[in-house]
Amino acid sequence: MSNNLVIYPVLLPFITAVLMVLLYKNLKAQKVLGAVSSTMGVVLAVYLGSVVVNDGIQVFHAGDWIPPFGIALVADMFSVLMLSFSSVVALACLLYSYKAIDHGREKHFYYAFFQMLLVGVYGSFLTGDLFNMFVFFEVMLIASYVLIVLGGELGQLRESFKYVLINSVSSVLFLVALSMLYSVTGTLNMADAAVRIAEIGNQGIISVIAVMFMIVFGLKASVFPLYFWLPNSYFQPPTVVSALFGGILTKVGVYALIRVFTLIFIVDVGYTHTIILVIAGLTMAIGILGPVCQMDFKLILVYHIISQVGYMIMGLGLFTAVAIAGAIFHILHNIIVKSCLILISGVTEKVTGTTDLKKMGGLLGKYPLIGWSFFFAGLALAGVPPLSGFFSKFVLIKGGLAIGSYPIVAVALVVSVLTLFSMMKIFIYAFWGEEKEVPAETRDYNYKQLMPPVLALIGVAVVMGLGAEWIMQYIMMAADQLMTPEIYINSVLIK
Amino acid sequence: MEILMAVVIGVLFATGTYLLLCRSMLRVVLGTMVMSHGALLMILTMGKLKRGTPPILMDAAAYTDPLPQALILTAIVIGFGVTAFILVLAYRAYTALNTDDLDKLRGADNE
Repeated sequence: MSNNLVIYPVLLPFITAVLMVLLYKNLKAQKVLGAVSSTMGVVLAVYLGSVVVNDGIQVFHAGDWIPPFGIALVADMFSVLMLSFSSVVALACLLYSYKAIDHGREKHFYYAFFQMLLVGVYGSFLTGDLFNMFVFFEVMLIASYVLIVLGGELGQLRESFKYVLINSVSSVLFLVALSMLYSVTGTLNMADAAVRIAEIGNQGIISVIAVMFMIVFGLKASVFPLYFWLPNSYFQPPTVVSALFGGILTKVGVYALIRVFTLIFIVDVGYTHTIILVIAGLTMAIGILGPVCQMDFKLILVYHIISQVGYMIMGLGLFTAVAIAGAIFHILHNIIVKSCLILISGVTEKVTGTTDLKKMGGLLGKYPLIGWSFFFAGLALAGVPPLSGFFSKFVLIKGGLAIGSYPIVAVALVVSVLTLFSMMKIFIYAFWGEEKEVPAETRDYNYKQLMPPVLALIGVAVVMGLGAEWIMQYIMMAADQLMTPEIYINSVLIK
Repeated sequence: MEILMAVVIGVLFATGTYLLLCRSMLRVVLGTMVMSHGALLMILTMGKLKRGTPPILMDAAAYTDPLPQALILTAIVIGFGVTAFILVLAYRAYTALNTDDLDKLRGADNE
């Protein structure tokens, strides 16, 4: 049974992007179109989610070719959760960029590439075919190349060259991994590949292919030791682009890792998932050192992406239903809170003219709204109850203790304290202390126009914390589906 | 034939890696191109090298797999677009930063 609904979340931003290119002279029309389309995107994602909750996994067979032939798009609980939360962040970032992005960037197709990025991201979440995932990754990457360099400032040009290079090398590795998988299984459909690999059983070549995919997706997700490209390249573009990338882009890599290592490469869990667990610990431990030693508002937040990815991978490495649920919760929480924090750093940059913490101070007195927003979002990231970060870490650590993986739990707890420390550092330097002299042109900046998207995201984080029980039932559903791949396989492959 | 292809792919990857490690921007871009050609040949080889049979499934024993060609075509188109973009980006970076030496493009931590 094929359900066309599954492809609409991908088609919607695609059509919007095309219309925006055609309407390139009319910025106002582009803005209205973008807002309408992104709002519809949220509604569509939530509706698709409700369909999946009620009727199980939905599958779309492109061109009515029944798998393993043709391309299938699959919406299971994990995909629709990722889709819904990403679309909320995309809407918030879009509304923020209406006020924050300068005219030059707007004129040069900023909004069109914004939508194309969403095409790639949503497509990667929904596809059920590995080569199709490569194509959607490329759509997403090409849009991100443009967004990261748009504006052409010196720092941007310097860092984006490295970003483009590292990602095009990882695309080559992706192709190599795909071709190896194809030669062993003769298929690229994920469900079919899972069946074939289960038939082949545990052979050395499967582990080689698994590690190839681990490298490719790990590079996108910025895990240790492949995170070196991230901090500088995410730091350079305008804040709203950093927020979008930090919130959504790395999570696509994490999503792909979780998808592939719960569905296809589960024949030798003792080998592959132990590597993942060790990498998770190192990512958390090494990733947190950056924010602890940096003294720049935005750079600290960007560095934080790395250690947070460690938590998500940790859930995958533990490989129990509870731990995977914790990982999913952490991804969803991080999509919202990370973007929100980076957006706040953009607001403070607008009112002080700098992101250097040493040149800021005393903002709480003059801008209480920004200060308290940061306070709540920062506590949510560090994991203070009753905000969302607490529950995701709680579930993760519960999952770790249940199977006796004490070292990784210890690392997670220590890193959590250091996260709180770096958030406190920002709060103390930026919002407490003496008021510093700020440039005249920023003093009267109307910062309130930037706050609605930020406050909305904080609202989502608070709801995720207070309503953790309610969200947890859907996340458990997603984790159970991931841990029993037969459900996924049987819905895609019609016997 | 497969062994010959494996050697060719190996040489392409080695050349690509060498070029990627150069300091000149243009050589690095060429390195990504050479490397992606290696990956494309790899897909072709992995789909089994055969000749003389049509890519139509009439007799299950003898047919050529049509999928690798389709995959390669898609990958070539994407690679073409990305290479064009990198070349423009490299040129723009070269004119704006006044150097094509990647050692000099090491980012300062804060600015």
